[in-house]
Amino acid sequence: MSAQPPLPALLETNPRLDQWVKFAAPGRVTVSTGRVEIGQGVLTAMRQIAADELDVAPERIDLQTGDTDLTPNEGYTAGSQSIQYGGVALRLACAEVRGLLLEAAAARVGATRAELAVNDGAITRAGAPTGEDYWSLAPAIDLSRRATASARPKSARSEIGRNAPRVDLGGKVFGVPSFVHDMAVDGMIHARVVRQPRRGATVASIDEAAIRRAAKGDIDIVRDGNFIAILGADETVVDNAAAIAPGHVSWDGLDPINPGQEEARWLLQRPSIDRNLGPEPVDPAPGQARYEASFTRMHIAHASVGPSSALAVYKDGHLTVWSHTQGVYPLKAALARTLKLDPAHISVKHAQGPGCYGHNGADDAAADAAVIAMRRPGVPVRVRWRREEEFGFEPVSPAMVTTVRAILDDQGRPVDWTTEIWSGRHSSRPGGGGNLLAAEALPDPPPAPPPADPPEANGGGGTRNGEPLYAFPTKRIIHHLVAETPVRTSSLRGLGATINVFAIESAMDELAERARMDPVDYRLSVLTDPRAKVVVAHVAKMAEWRPGLPVGTGGGRGIGFAMYKNRAAYCAVVADVEVDEAVRVTKIWCAADGGLIINPDGALNQLEGGIIQGISWALKEGVRLDTAGISSRDWESYPVVRFSEVPEVFCELVGQDADLPPLGMGETAGGPTVAAIANAVAQALGARLRDLPLSRERVMDALLKA
Amino acid sequence: MTFFTLNGRSIEVDAGGDTPLLDVLRNHLGLKGTKFGCGLEQCGCCMVLVDGAPEKSCGKALSTVAGKSVLTIEGLGSPEHPHPLQMAFLDEQAGQCGYCLPGILISAKALLDQNPAPTRREIAEALDDNICRCGSHIRILKAVERAAVMLRAGAMRAER
Repeated sequence: MSAQPPLPALLETNPRLDQWVKFAAPGRVTVSTGRVEIGQGVLTAMRQIAADELDVAPERIDLQTGDTDLTPNEGYTAGSQSIQYGGVALRLACAEVRGLLLEAAAARVGATRAELAVNDGAITRAGAPTGEDYWSLAPAIDLSRRATASARPKSARSEIGRNAPRVDLGGKVFGVPSFVHDMAVDGMIHARVVRQPRRGATVASIDEAAIRRAAKGDIDIVRDGNFIAILGADETVVDNAAAIAPGHVSWDGLDPINPGQEEARWLLQRPSIDRNLGPEPVDPAPGQARYEASFTRMHIAHASVGPSSALAVYKDGHLTVWSHTQGVYPLKAALARTLKLDPAHISVKHAQGPGCYGHNGADDAAADAAVIAMRRPGVPVRVRWRREEEFGFEPVSPAMVTTVRAILDDQGRPVDWTTEIWSGRHSSRPGGGGNLLAAEALPDPPPAPPPADPPEANGGGGTRNGEPLYAFPTKRIIHHLVAETPVRTSSLRGLGATINVFAIESAMDELAERARMDPVDYRLSVLTDPRAKVVVAHVAKMAEWRPGLPVGTGGGRGIGFAMYKNRAAYCAVVADVEVDEAVRVTKIWCAADGGLIINPDGALNQLEGGIIQGISWALKEGVRLDTAGISSRDWESYPVVRFSEVPEVFCELVGQDADLPPLGMGETAGGPTVAAIANAVAQALGARLRDLPLSRERVMDALLKA
Repeated sequence: MTFFTLNGRSIEVDAGGDTPLLDVLRNHLGLKGTKFGCGLEQCGCCMVLVDGAPEKSCGKALSTVAGKSVLTIEGLGSPEHPHPLQMAFLDEQAGQCGYCLPGILISAKALLDQNPAPTRREIAEALDDNICRCGSHIRILKAVERAAVMLRAGAMRAER
């Protein structure tokens, strides 16, 4: 007997079929996914997948998501992996359950399996009812059995590929309470934390009387070590106190930081963990031309439109936490460590939050609520961060420097390519090697997390998309993981891909110019992946790309391309810009290939969102620092793109091949958008800007130097 | 005690006159549709109409709305009787996380009340006080255009 083939990873960690599908009530199907809704439409897509594979109406499905008591452990909802991995696992589980039920039906009605079909859960034979259905058959089948992933997903589809409307949007446009922020339970109190300014800072003094006076109402103050929280039944009163409290606590251990670190080049001087991924670097042979250029990006904030929030209650020895975390299981484990509580006595339940785009304050707010709830047994505790707290204390995406070096053949094409990357860490998630803020403020804080970055097997962190997809004979990445950063850093949509694609695609335009080739033709000449070529050619066609546009006229057009992580969706973007003192993006075209698309409109929505966030990163965003830390703590000092700055955007999905596996779409557009804008700006100005954001000041500098 | 009209109904609220209107709506009256975004009047998540004008409720003291008429997202329409803006936002699937939508719908309502046939540019400018971080802008602009058409068609039917 041959060994069992390995299961897809998520089925391996959650191997029981009933972890995915159950028939709990007549006419209903309970489907579980560890993935959570973060505005990307995953609830809708998972329902479509399950409905199709089980042959039931989507309305019959009760979807359970992100709950440590109920759903599979799928780690984090991140990295454009929900459909590509989580959806595929769910699909295999559903296909297998359907097969088991059909087998049972065949035995019961005395037919072969091939003679039977399923129609909305009812078993039919030659189109006629058999009297059996999933709910009559289910009690006889033990779904706690191990998945084998042996069932082939159906080829006929009705739900997959349909523009099913979002299941969660209906309530939201009517103001129905939909977010953890909106939860209200009897006896609930509100809480705000007076944040420890930095790891290791200790309270020197606190003027509790002044804080109580400012509250203008009843408050309670919890203090444990350097963790300080203000509590009360009336949120307005608690807010009054929280607003002035930071001015009434003085701290020791606050060495000033160097605000010059808001620009990225300081990274080049810092100690780092260095790796060479790929062949050893080589020098050009005599006569070989060489290209080198360096690109930078400031720290970027997630800048969620609503600050983080959580609700927690500790009752009868059990802690329950509602959070908009991206990973209920890792948060549960981190809470158990922080609170020194048996994980068996903790439940973490996902409740929706405003879009996070990565690791923001959500987990820390959950820890705040949990720490306070443990000190007020029986009382539900709602924490909602303040705006300045979210901007000032969420982990930000690290500043980065990416240098591209190429050795060129006599046609001007690279024969050897190096992407050298300097970056702080891209993950400090709890469970990803990071600490919860509350844990660092409580007595006996955990040690500083050792420097680490997501491994290349997960797409890498700083190195993400550091390897161009282009067919150059030798390619390498040199990665400098800078151990210490002035502020806490973690994952943001795209991780290192944003700057790496910006750097690589800027270099590609400069190399095309040297080779006296059109940027689109040049890219096509060094791409061998047919799907990549289709995407590049398609976006050029959409934009009616013409070679030989004039340079330095104030109007420009540029292209950017990448396959996200070199394993998720392919995406090419063309941008039109106008530049006077500032850059205005006037039009964007985008073509993307994500293989099998579960919900085309949902995929387009993700592309559009990635493009608009990319415009914001390219033109406006950079975290500002002062000697105390992050100083950009509102929407004026951290501007993001507004409605009147948004261009026309045209997106098309290409190569929607049902036989190809689905590829993650959520993060594929950001890097190519930034790159296309930068290339368009270079053409408009006749001078290249290599430092993001392409702000008014930087454009003016370039114009003065030109 | 402060008296005002909320979503067409006269109400009285027993809260301090300097309580932010946003807290009154969410905590005293249990209307969770209006969102806290910044508390700094910079993001528009808390937008409501006060006597027809868009106002950021986070910075508006309860006492300033005494005797006035306040409209929140809950008063715009309901699933049973949706406002054309709400229908249009669902038709266009104009949203991702949806946290900013109540404020945006209110700003759009204020615009269409004043200008039944706005250009794309006029819609964008009217929504510039509202931040959408997910990047649903294009769909939102299209949805407001669609709602304007629906409202104009409704007005024409009413005249006939």
